[in-house]
Amino acid sequence: MIRTRGLTRSFTRQKHTIEAVRGLDLEVAAGELVAFLGPNGAGKSTTLRMLTTLIAPTSGTAEVVGHEVVRERAAVRRSIGYVGQGNAAGHQQRGRDEIVSQARAYGMSRSAAHARAEELLAAFDLTEHAGRPVATLSGGQRRRLDVAIGLVAAPPLLFLDEPSTGLDPQNRVNLQEQVRRLHTDLGTTIVLTTHYLEEADALAGRVVVIDHGEVIADDSAPRLKSALGDLVSLGFADPAHAAAAAARAERFDGAQVEVSGTDVAIRVAHGRDLAGGLVADLAAAGTPVSRIEVVGPTLDDVFLDLTGRSLRESTPADQPDRSELEGAAA
Amino acid sequence: MSTLRTVPARDPGFLADTWNVMTRELRPVLRQPVSVLFAMVQPLVFLALFAPLLPDGGPGGSALQWFVPGIVAMTALMSASFTGANLTEEIVTGSHERLLVSPLSRPAQLVGRALKEVVPMLMQTAIILVAVTPFSFDLHLGGVLVGMLVLALLAVGIGALSFTLALVSKEQQWLFWTVQQTLIFPLLLTAGVLLPLDEAPRWLEVASHVNPLTYVVEAERALFTGAFPADTVLAGFVAAGVTALAGLLIGVRAMNRSS
Repeated sequence: MIRTRGLTRSFTRQKHTIEAVRGLDLEVAAGELVAFLGPNGAGKSTTLRMLTTLIAPTSGTAEVVGHEVVRERAAVRRSIGYVGQGNAAGHQQRGRDEIVSQARAYGMSRSAAHARAEELLAAFDLTEHAGRPVATLSGGQRRRLDVAIGLVAAPPLLFLDEPSTGLDPQNRVNLQEQVRRLHTDLGTTIVLTTHYLEEADALAGRVVVIDHGEVIADDSAPRLKSALGDLVSLGFADPAHAAAAAARAERFDGAQVEVSGTDVAIRVAHGRDLAGGLVADLAAAGTPVSRIEVVGPTLDDVFLDLTGRSLRESTPADQPDRSELEGAAA
Repeated sequence: MSTLRTVPARDPGFLADTWNVMTRELRPVLRQPVSVLFAMVQPLVFLALFAPLLPDGGPGGSALQWFVPGIVAMTALMSASFTGANLTEEIVTGSHERLLVSPLSRPAQLVGRALKEVVPMLMQTAIILVAVTPFSFDLHLGGVLVGMLVLALLAVGIGALSFTLALVSKEQQWLFWTVQQTLIFPLLLTAGVLLPLDEAPRWLEVASHVNPLTYVVEAERALFTGAFPADTVLAGFVAAGVTALAGLLIGVRAMNRSS
């Protein structure tokens, strides 16, 4: 469905060139639901903008639904759906009109376009709001309308760029449910970008972690997390007991152990299974554990492990935002 | 959701795309016709406060006969030059990006938007003519209709240039308004819309001669009196036509590069 080789995009601003995407090699098969995860400025949206023909690559190649993104732009545009970060519908327009107009752009007859609009409005619970100016809709209604417009042609491949940004938690959950159903019911291949870890974790069968324009991990969320291991935190009454526990924990294969006063943090594969035995051993050796906590890894832990930075706090100061970059490049 | 069908896409072609874009642009105008008054505020103020100061006895007879064609041209120019603001709003909110990724042809996205400018221009002209006809203004329908053809070309050209400015300005709406406001009044004043330039200094005369709006206004003044002087009318058509052609070519280039 998607195939890129050495896909690169750089922007020049004030004689300073920044590579937003660096030599991306990527394959997405039909039916996959892939999340591009990374901090702001990582290159997720730039990648999506190249794949949707909005910007041309500086070098490398990309094929989308069998069409090359530079030479066959029109064919790519006919084959994909796209929901950008902004609102798909003009704020002075009415929702129904925008869906009909989009359907006509895909070559549907007037009657088919209207039928399609009603079908999508009903599916996204927007029928009663379809005649109102888009500017008067709530944020959640507008976002549902964005997705409805993106699905007009029921494309085999749908791109969603930060679909949940700006939505309240309730609407975020609703949207995720709709995306999941699109994928399971229609078999639509979906590529979404997000910096919401929970969203990537909950939705995607495959997570591509991008940082500084490069893919730094590409696997399913459970596998990425299991490779990292659980975090076992132990508390002791005496620092000497903590040191003894750390020495014992270091015998576990691949364990990363940190001691801080009376606390010990152990990152180890299958930590949940090992914790019970460890506590029993320590008690038998006269170093009773006063506190124990086992936490499974999150995707943020994966990102932290890969980059040394937390995704939640990571908005690199040296990476200007897209509008700045593209403004400079134009 | 499970009822959603797969719909095969086909290319509707440039004309259908242009019509799609034009009707999309027109819908808000037709739903709220009062919106066309926005661009008419200044011309109507000039009409009310400036026309009574002008002496009668010009080529057309009354001062109004001379002044109204300029005001009609001014309204067309202002309305078409404002129109890019709608595109800057769509760039900011995101719907422009959606259209860029859609199968709509890029040239059609510019041409359709520019062609839409003809409709508000006709509505505004009708409002002005209805307002002035009860006074010392003689309505020569044939001349007015030909004048509308000239103004339609001008509106398309200026509209296309306004959209180009919006595409270049991107999210920087201040840039759009700064350039638009900086250009609009020199264009109007050097075209002799408000005052005749017969006694103007040489540099102003030169500026007037290179301003296409000058020829449009002169053609409108002749046509609104019911006269059809071939050279003046032809010059008006050529000036408006060149503006339309240049605007569309530059605009399509900008739209093709838009991201």
